[in-house]
Amino acid sequence: MPLSAIEIDNVSFFYNGHPILVNVNLRVEEKDFLAIMGPNGSGKTTLLKIILGILNPARGSIRVFGKTPLEAAGLLGYVPQDTWLNKGFPISVQDVALMGRLGMTGRGRRYTSSDRDLARKVLEQVGMWDYRDRPIGKLSGGQRQRVLIARALTVEPKILLLDEPTASVDAQFQTDLYGLLKELNDTITIVIVSHDVSVLSDYINSVACLNQTLYHHESGELTEEMLNAAYQCPVDLIAHGRVPHRVLRRHDHEDP
Amino acid sequence: MIEAFQSEFMRNALLAGLLAGVACGIIGTLVVVNRIVFIAGGIAHAAYGGIGLAIFLGIPPLAGAVGFALTVSMIMSAVTLKNKQRADTVVGVLWAVGMALGIIMIDLSPGYNVDLMSYLFGSILAVPRTDILIMALVDLGVLIIVGILYNSFLAMSFDEEFAMAMGVRVEMLYYILLGMIALSVIMLIRIVGLVLVIALLSIPPFIAEKFCRSLKAMMAASVLLNFLFAIAGLWFSYKYNLTSGATIIMIAAAFFFASVACEKALAHFGGGA
Repeated sequence: MPLSAIEIDNVSFFYNGHPILVNVNLRVEEKDFLAIMGPNGSGKTTLLKIILGILNPARGSIRVFGKTPLEAAGLLGYVPQDTWLNKGFPISVQDVALMGRLGMTGRGRRYTSSDRDLARKVLEQVGMWDYRDRPIGKLSGGQRQRVLIARALTVEPKILLLDEPTASVDAQFQTDLYGLLKELNDTITIVIVSHDVSVLSDYINSVACLNQTLYHHESGELTEEMLNAAYQCPVDLIAHGRVPHRVLRRHDHEDP
Repeated sequence: MIEAFQSEFMRNALLAGLLAGVACGIIGTLVVVNRIVFIAGGIAHAAYGGIGLAIFLGIPPLAGAVGFALTVSMIMSAVTLKNKQRADTVVGVLWAVGMALGIIMIDLSPGYNVDLMSYLFGSILAVPRTDILIMALVDLGVLIIVGILYNSFLAMSFDEEFAMAMGVRVEMLYYILLGMIALSVIMLIRIVGLVLVIALLSIPPFIAEKFCRSLKAMMAASVLLNFLFAIAGLWFSYKYNLTSGATIIMIAAAFFFASVACEKALAHFGGGA
């Protein structure tokens, strides 16, 4: 049986004594496109950081293609939430994109010309090569997000982790992004944290609802129970995508 | 201008100012972009404990200051590593305890110590040859370390978590940075005294950040600004018979306010950058 891309076993995490994640179990297979949903403060970002090795779980284990998160540094590409970024920092678009090569450069951490070629290719792919010398602070939210995606892609990752990448961008960007992710999903496993129920429509093949504990459904359908348990209140959903497209498992209800 | 620097002690003072400018421009940049000015201040003031301890033990004061400052910086690293804001209080305590320790140690030391004031406000005009040599060595060390680890420092300063995810040893870098701060701060104590150290560490990078597009440029600009402040400050203090350290700070402050005014004017009349 091939190695799972991500294997999370009984992971628990506490912050200042408060439980953030409790006995989370998750298996993500290669080339999955998983959406992790859940209310604010439910630990979605924390879970991503544990996968990346930025945080260590209090209990349980996490393996990426069989390796520990830090051993797997070159396999994981990370697109954090935009709000985290230091926008006043003196750095150009190109230099931000190059940072994805850090895991590969060895002790002295010098970028080679092939690193730069890769950064160029990736920036062209997200449409930001023309802005390569612009300071990161002088970009729109969507442009900045593209640069962060480029940075994650220069890692040449096998898994791409995105944390609410469409939180502060317009609908067009959202469509472009999901189109790009669908393309990338041919070769890369994708895990996307999102608040956005409409993400579900055409792209993902797997859903997890997180609210301290995880409810995972493999086939991309959310059950009403999962959502209710995760959000703790009944949720009205609007089906997206090509009609007829089932987002909710059918119950003894009328259609909305 | 030239006649100001005819004498040996003025030339030494100028050399000290320029050499300090190199390390402080580079380290000050990292301090400002990593937003740890308060921690740098804590190390600077706590270093006074080392000066007092050295005077009490009868060893060269600056050597005591270096050892003590390095120790304090390692403690501060450990304390502030996980959460820089929360550790504010601890930094403040170490800051005050260091100074108080220094004062008490000097109280307990035999003899009359005029040196006190020179550590608080600088004694750039009395820098001995050996100190110049040590400053040059510290500059070399800082240039080499930052040169080799530049991309890692850049990554850590810009986005610490991403750097960690990439396998950059962020914790180790942080300890190294605070260690270099300790050394730079001791150099600055000579020039402007410990009370004014923070100003000289943070003003040049603050100005440079406004017009620099890369961290390297910011470091270079900060070094050049330090040169400017040292030269102008020394010249003014010579001409008007003022305390050198304070004069250097006033020049720096003047440029600080000018740069803020420029920025506001540009924003107002230029319609935004």
